[in-house]
Amino acid sequence: MALALTAEQQAIATGARGTGAAMAMRIVAATARLMGAPTLIPIASAHIDGALYHGDSGTLFAEKLVAGGGKVAVRATLNVGSLDLTGCSKNRLPSHERGMARRMMDAYRTLGCEPSWTCAPYQAGHRPALGSDVAWGESNAVVFCNSVLGARTNRYGDFLDIACAISGFAPYYGLHRPENRRATVVFDVSGLDPIFLDSEVAWPILGSLYGREIGDAVGVVAGIKANPGEDALKAFGAASASAGAVGLFHVAGVTPEAPDLAAALHHQPPQAVIKVTAKMIADSRRRLSTALDLNRIDAVAIGSPHLSAAEFDNLEVLIGKRKLKVTLYACTGRHALAALEENGRRAALEAAGVVVVADTCVVVTPILPDIQGAVLMTNSGKFAHYAPGNTGYGVIYGSMAECVESAVLGRPVFEAAT
Amino acid sequence: MRAEILVAGQPAEALALVLTAPISFWGGVNPKTGLIADVRHPQHGVSISGKVLCLPGTIGSSSAAAVLLELVTAGRAPAAIILHEPDAILLLGLIVAQEMGHQTPMALRLDCGEFAGFAGQKLAIDKDGSITPS
Repeated sequence: MALALTAEQQAIATGARGTGAAMAMRIVAATARLMGAPTLIPIASAHIDGALYHGDSGTLFAEKLVAGGGKVAVRATLNVGSLDLTGCSKNRLPSHERGMARRMMDAYRTLGCEPSWTCAPYQAGHRPALGSDVAWGESNAVVFCNSVLGARTNRYGDFLDIACAISGFAPYYGLHRPENRRATVVFDVSGLDPIFLDSEVAWPILGSLYGREIGDAVGVVAGIKANPGEDALKAFGAASASAGAVGLFHVAGVTPEAPDLAAALHHQPPQAVIKVTAKMIADSRRRLSTALDLNRIDAVAIGSPHLSAAEFDNLEVLIGKRKLKVTLYACTGRHALAALEENGRRAALEAAGVVVVADTCVVVTPILPDIQGAVLMTNSGKFAHYAPGNTGYGVIYGSMAECVESAVLGRPVFEAAT
Repeated sequence: MRAEILVAGQPAEALALVLTAPISFWGGVNPKTGLIADVRHPQHGVSISGKVLCLPGTIGSSSAAAVLLELVTAGRAPAAIILHEPDAILLLGLIVAQEMGHQTPMALRLDCGEFAGFAGQKLAIDKDGSITPS
């Protein structure tokens, strides 16, 4: 089916709102044609993943939009950049890259985007309404927006996110269509030990397994007795979207489009049922670690997705009055940093050996020391997935409590296996 | 055989590289060298530059297009990309590269069942999407 543009959309594409908006509309329309979308729909907001520096080409793209007078037509928050503009942490980017990364962050602000600089915009006050259409980038934000908020977004990549925000429109296909939000696969965890399911590590481990098993299908997690809370769903979504191409999941009885299993399935039979076993969990947990040497750690990193205020509260309790032997990098956004600055909480964490990283994180920009054969311990399924390729660090996966104990003792320690 | 053209671009004659597992371009491919950087990927360490890249699927990050744009501008892009199904997150990299004035490889759609026959073969890809061993 050929793409049909309205008169307004055609006018934007031919320059009625300037050359920047025209380029944005051409990119949106080209994507719509590629994906077989029949029309474009208006969007309520955007979350922009494009301001992270991967090379000069991305900076030049943003500056071309600026030069063409581009401005976002809807609310647009920004995902992490490559620099910590708060000054909490330092990175090792060479001067050329640092300059181009800064130019890129500036260009996106000039386009009218909010300097939220977080991969958890949904915990920084950007929560689109149930059923609204939005254009969100950053895989964990996409999956949270769809699954936990029930707003409708495809997995918007770099460039398309800002193109949608400037044009105000998105291609109508995929998860914008209600019929495509139906779960076709049941991910049944009812056979797992309830003690495991109540533990913090359950959600990143389940998410990682779910992503590998489900790929890009929509699934529904069945067998969860109680709402595990927003930070657990955040961890599940992030792990699932880094291990697979997950854009939307349901949790029966928990997420808004799944009041029960039958509703998530749109009252149709599932195409597949995955009965999750203890062995699958053990395998999934093992896969999250890559380090061969389980006797050393060189750094600990938490906060992918960015830590919430509640996660910082937990971190403070776990550290107590102790000092860390190994640096713990705590990645977060300005929304959580503001609360940390009260009563000297950030200074106290830093005195204990924590490096707070804001606006960015340790797997997208070189913050971790450059050490040959180094090992990173993390409680994040997403950090575990990306750290080896992006930082060169091997990974040991553990809970937040295990991460803190290991940082205190200077070597990896694990609680009794659950 | 003839594949459906997803994104028009330059014809190519190059060795096929058939990936045996889906890949995330961001974190999975080094944007400066074109080498597969994901240590868990079966083709870790192999270069995708200048190859007819046959992708069984893409996963993970929404920054894939940025990596592909960077590969195009650095002259390290694949010679052509063959996908089982269209992937907006990745192919935006080619669409934007063209907006920025670069020549780009073609992106084609073909059933991934055909990929195994391409492994190790040199392929010629014409502007009309036809694929022939060369």
